[in-house]
Parts: sequence; structure tokens; C-alpha cells
Amino acid sequence: MPARIVLQQADITRALTRISHEILESLRSGDDLVLLGIPTRGVVLAERIATVIREVSDVPVAIGALDVTMYRDDLDRNPTRAPSPTQVPPGGIDGKFVVLVDDVLYSGRTIRAALDALGAIGRPRVVRLAALVDRGHRELPIRPDFVGKNLPSAQTERINLHLEEIDGDEFVSIEEAAQ
Amino acid sequence: MRHLLSTRDLGHDEAVAILDVAEDMADVADREVRKLPTLRGKTVVNLFFEDSTRTRISFEAAAKRLSADVINFSAKGSSVSKGESLKDTAQTLAAIGADAVVIRHGASGAPAVLADSGWIDAAIVNAGDGTHEHPTQALLDAFTIRRRIHGSAARAKALDGVSVTIVGDILHSRVARSNVWLLSSLGAAVTLVAPATLLPIGVTEWPASVGYSLDAALAKRPDVVMMLRIQSERMHDAFFPNAHEYSREWGLGDERLRTLAADSIVMHPGPMNRGLEISSGAADSPRSTVLEQVANGVSVRMAVLYLVLSGMKEGQS
Repeated sequence: MPARIVLQQADITRALTRISHEILESLRSGDDLVLLGIPTRGVVLAERIATVIREVSDVPVAIGALDVTMYRDDLDRNPTRAPSPTQVPPGGIDGKFVVLVDDVLYSGRTIRAALDALGAIGRPRVVRLAALVDRGHRELPIRPDFVGKNLPSAQTERINLHLEEIDGDEFVSIEEAAQ
Repeated sequence: MRHLLSTRDLGHDEAVAILDVAEDMADVADREVRKLPTLRGKTVVNLFFEDSTRTRISFEAAAKRLSADVINFSAKGSSVSKGESLKDTAQTLAAIGADAVVIRHGASGAPAVLADSGWIDAAIVNAGDGTHEHPTQALLDAFTIRRRIHGSAARAKALDGVSVTIVGDILHSRVARSNVWLLSSLGAAVTLVAPATLLPIGVTEWPASVGYSLDAALAKRPDVVMMLRIQSERMHDAFFPNAHEYSREWGLGDERLRTLAADSIVMHPGPMNRGLEISSGAADSPRSTVLEQVANGVSVRMAVLYLVLSGMKEGQS
């Protein structure tokens, strides 16, 4: 079965704009906002959300990248993964309002690893989770706070996210995984 | 990566990938919590048949930072001194449940024997075998050179166009061999300088140029000068008349230090014979990367342990 496009570029932009506004609404006065993207595409999404927040408000926003490879519990079950750099924003994350940004939320294991990775670089005041797509099938008690699009899917299906900055085109598609 | 036995086995891309993982490992050293849970539940055995301080503690620190359990085994005080064979030792380690064995052995090829024998299923990492290879030392040297040249933008870069002069006891040096293969496959131009008695037969076949005069080599303004240790424990012949003459002809003294290009660096794998192959002035100068090499060694060994111990057990390449 060919890939079916479920979100176009305009839909992705609209979803990210909505997530940005929701993040702003959830801030208390005095909160220091830090967006941490989970490589690779989460980092791009975090940058886009930061851009929107800077356009529509004067809330200062720090961005960084949080690699979770070394904290995964499935390293023995998959081919060896090459880690990506973790970039902690200059002000650190201690006492901050940290939003983890991921592309597709699935089993929740990446986020479990991210929470461990976060603990190694500091102690935020709160941690929230934003995901562009939530496809369900959680294996852990993890729930996103900001979701771009709920996309009910079968576990045999693959969700692909392409972003302009990385792939040269932009869409979310769903396809039957090759057996 | 199943084992790390020789830098000859590493292609350009694979070598760069190891150095990139090492960059991520180096970042961990700056964190509040300098430990990763990655290898929790794995057992790493340091199997050392030859004396070593820095390599063993470097591997031990690397394994511990990745949360592996570490068992240190040195031949002294073990059943090896009662005559136990490598095979029996390996099978004992297999029975204990070792996931990786870091081996240093006086016999060239001992790690390859362990990897190919079927005595043990663990990943084998060569930590120096006889006069053959010392791949993690070469990797940390390449890492150190790359960081000095490219700083924080080192990721994904190789060593194209970098000139490296390696000076000293090439004949006995496993560090030199591993570096020649690795640095040349990363694109560096390697020159070997030594008295003719300390060059191995067949050195002209290596991907390196060879010279006998240190002054002539330094006149070409190399980016990197790597001094090798005179290994007195392996000097069973008269390779040069005396230490003083060696030092005058092939040692990096204060005078030669002054002739180096402004941004060139001085490396030494340690332990140093101060006053013989390297003067204190050179060893302690800002050009010297000796302590950086030690610190980088931990990051590089973390990367190697991660790469040999992660990934699927079935169908490995």
C-alpha cells in the first residue's frame, strides 16, 4: 500500500502554532521557558515553536537538544544507534519550565529515556511534553501535554515525518510497514 | 562493531563515526552526573598480561562511566603465574559471563586468537598486543588531533591534509603501527623518523614516508610531532650507542621545540622518559597534549565499549 499523506505542510505549521500558544498559556509568571528537542526532528520542531513564541510574545525562550540514545532500554534489540549531541542551553535547566519536544509519540520509551537523561543534566521545576503526532500504543504511563495531531494507527503501520530543514519537503504520511 | 582488534580493519567512515561517538561521550564529562546507564548489567573484564597503568585505569573509568561492572584481571597474582593457558583463562571468563574482554598481551595476535577461537563469545577489545597494535591509543590520538584543529566543530571531520611526524622506536611500537593505519585512512600524511636500527623490515610498504633525520623532518613544519617512548623493556640489543646520543639525534629538546610552527602540537602516548625522547620543556609546554590524550582516552574507550556492546546479538556484522 502506498504512503497516504495525513498532514500537509500547512497543517504542520498550524499544529506547531497551536502548540506554541498552548505552551504560552500554561506558563506561570516568572517561569523560565526551555524547549528541549529530541534529535533529530524534535530539535527542528523545538526551533520552530521557539520562533512562533518569539513572534507572538516577549517571553524569553531558550532552546536545546537532548539526546536519549545512551539512556534507552532497547539498545540490545536494535542495530547500534549513533548518538547525537546534547546541547544544554547556556542558562541550564535547573528550576526551569522545560518542554520536551518530540516528533512522533509512540510507545513512550523514548520519553522515559529522556526523563532519565534530563536528570543527569539538572533539575527542572516542571517537565512537560509536546509531540507533533501522537499515534497511540503507549507501553508506559506517559501522556503528552501538547499534541499537534492525534493519529490513531495500527502497530503494523509506519508514520513518516518529513521536515523542510532535514528532508527538503514536508508532510506526515502513514503507510503499511514492509513485512 | 563486533570486536576492535586492529585499526587496519577500520574504514574511513567507521573511524570518523567512532570519533563522533567519542565527542558525545566527552560531553558527558562536563555534566553534573558523569555517568550513563547505557551498559548497565554488562560485565567488562580487563585482562592484562602486561603491566599498564594508564590504559587499564582508562578502560576501567570508561566502563564504569557507562555503568558496566568491571573485573580487573592482571597476570601477576593470578593462575596465569601457575601456568594457566590463554584458552583456560578465556573459558573461565566466559563461564563468569563476561560481555567484553579488554586484553593486553605480550604476544602479537593474542586478541585475534581470543576473538576467533570460539573459546569465548564476548566482544574483544585489543588494549595492546606485543609489537602489533594498540588501536584505542591511535583512536585517542586521532581524536586529540581533530579536537586541537577543529575545536567544538570537530564532528564528522577527518584529518585530511594534516601532517604527522612520528619519532622514535618504530620497531617495537604498536602505537606507531596503529597510528599509521588509522591516521592515513583518515587522510593525514604520516612521516616516520627513527634510527635505521629501530625501523622494522618492510616499513617502506606502510602508508607513510620514512626518514632518519629528525631535523630534516621538522624543517618541513609538521602539524603534529608524536614522540614515542624508548621501551627499555624491549631493548635487548644495541639499537643505539647510548641514551645521550639518542637524545641528541632523535629527542625533542628545548631547542628543537623552538623551531616548531606556532600552532603545531607535541604528543606522547606516555609514560614519558623525560630527558631521553622528550625534554621537560617540551612535555610541559602549551603545545603538549599529553594530559589531553589521557582525558580523551576515557571518552574514546567509552565510545568503543558502547559500539562493541550495543546492538543486536543476532546477525551481527
